[in-house]
Amino acid sequence: MIHVEDKGLVVPGEILAEEGYYSGRGTFKDGESIFSSLTGLVSLKNKKISVIPLKSKYLPKRGDVVIGKITDIRFSIWEVDLNSPYSGILPASEVFGRAKKDLSRVFGLGDVLFLRIVDVDEVNKVRLGLKGRGMGKFREGILTNITPTKVPRLIGKKGSMINMIKESTNCKIVVGQNGLVWIKGDKKMELITKKIIKMVDDESHTSGLTDRIKRRLYLITHGEELPEEDFNEDCTTDESDLDDTSDVSDEEYFESPKIENFKENLNGEDLSEDSSLSNEEKK
Amino acid sequence: MVFIIINGEGSRGDGRSFNELRSLKIESGVLKRADGSAYLEMGGNKILAAVYGPRESFIKRLLKPNTGVIRCKYNMAPFSVDDRKRPGPDRRSIEISKITAEALRPSLLLENFPHSMIDVSIEIIEAEGGTRCAGITAAAVALADAGIPMKDIVVGCAAGKVNDEIVLDLSEKEDKEGQSDVPIAIMPRTNEITLLQTDGILTEDELKLAIDLAIDGCHEISKIQKDALKKRYLSNF
Repeated sequence: MIHVEDKGLVVPGEILAEEGYYSGRGTFKDGESIFSSLTGLVSLKNKKISVIPLKSKYLPKRGDVVIGKITDIRFSIWEVDLNSPYSGILPASEVFGRAKKDLSRVFGLGDVLFLRIVDVDEVNKVRLGLKGRGMGKFREGILTNITPTKVPRLIGKKGSMINMIKESTNCKIVVGQNGLVWIKGDKKMELITKKIIKMVDDESHTSGLTDRIKRRLYLITHGEELPEEDFNEDCTTDESDLDDTSDVSDEEYFESPKIENFKENLNGEDLSEDSSLSNEEKK
Repeated sequence: MVFIIINGEGSRGDGRSFNELRSLKIESGVLKRADGSAYLEMGGNKILAAVYGPRESFIKRLLKPNTGVIRCKYNMAPFSVDDRKRPGPDRRSIEISKITAEALRPSLLLENFPHSMIDVSIEIIEAEGGTRCAGITAAAVALADAGIPMKDIVVGCAAGKVNDEIVLDLSEKEDKEGQSDVPIAIMPRTNEITLLQTDGILTEDELKLAIDLAIDGCHEISKIQKDALKKRYLSNF
């Protein structure tokens, strides 16, 4: 027996279902009944109930692509803040290979890096790496953040949301899976993009969000309201986006932002500069 | 202020009946920079609770390798009571900080966050009796708002003995002049008690009666807690 409907709002301790259902993420079982353990939206799929949190902290996972900030330089490692309860370490060997060099000459305190999580061990020590296309230091630009579980929503289906924002604001945007977002473009546009991302974060649980973002972007960039006929066309895309929110908890779904990031960074010349630098050092 | 004094059974100083709570208002997500927050008004009490974390802590000796830890700080503003309170922690607020952490801990599922710490700050802006229970109630809402996984939202409520009668939710005056005060905190889904204190003298039967009455009060407050959490998001739907 089920007590809630798909995409319904629940609070911790609320009963979700009795008998015949499986307990997914954000839920727990007490006897035969399933209860929510988070404040969030219900996702129902083939008798599997999970709750997608409306607020959460990022937990590092091997293979994730993240944005981090350097907080400390030690003898042979950099310490990196990942917007998470666990900070990461970037070993000097990732950059220099076997050669011994002064760490602060490459990355200084407060530098923002695009990294990959190489390994997370059982005591949650996070090892980071720079191997991969586009990994390295960000130059200029601003940082903002979004709830990590809402990253797929910001990307949209096949990048629909992020591409729309990129096109209208002319900014480069890189989204890390830890919820940090790097924006670079015109100074004014950077702030507008930041505001738009905040809007996605706040209203991610509502329907018709893509449409509202589109209208807002049009209003900012053109200085007038979006004509009505354009609006009608987009009603179809809106429905597909609704499905996105229910996909958030899926493992496979988290893969898509990665590909998105790589494409972005293939064109980003400042990033490739850094990775080529690290290759030189290795020689 | 004028109080209507009713001479009859169940009459109290402020005109409430024996099982009536003071007016209660809870709001969640009031602080921008905290991970979770709540503001609570109960009678003359005004309480702000903030949750930070789970986050890294530099006090390594407090961290545990198998689970996360919760740390509470209960603080009364100097202007929260009639006579100015000397700022800073005292014997009473250290005790309340400890019992709050212990009352909240059983509901939290912190096994997913080993080596991390959750900080809860409870700030009493105005006090009018029953702040420890109201503080727990507000802190539980703030924890749920922060997205920390939990089995249930803990709720606190007090009962006591005033004029030889067991009554619910003592006000400051009743607490001072009354014979006994029993603050409790429960997990409303299972009715598990996570906090039970007694001040004053009660018979065994009176204690049982007080606990039952306080549990009923907790269930009533629990509904308002859940509404407060939902209201924040429902306005956007």
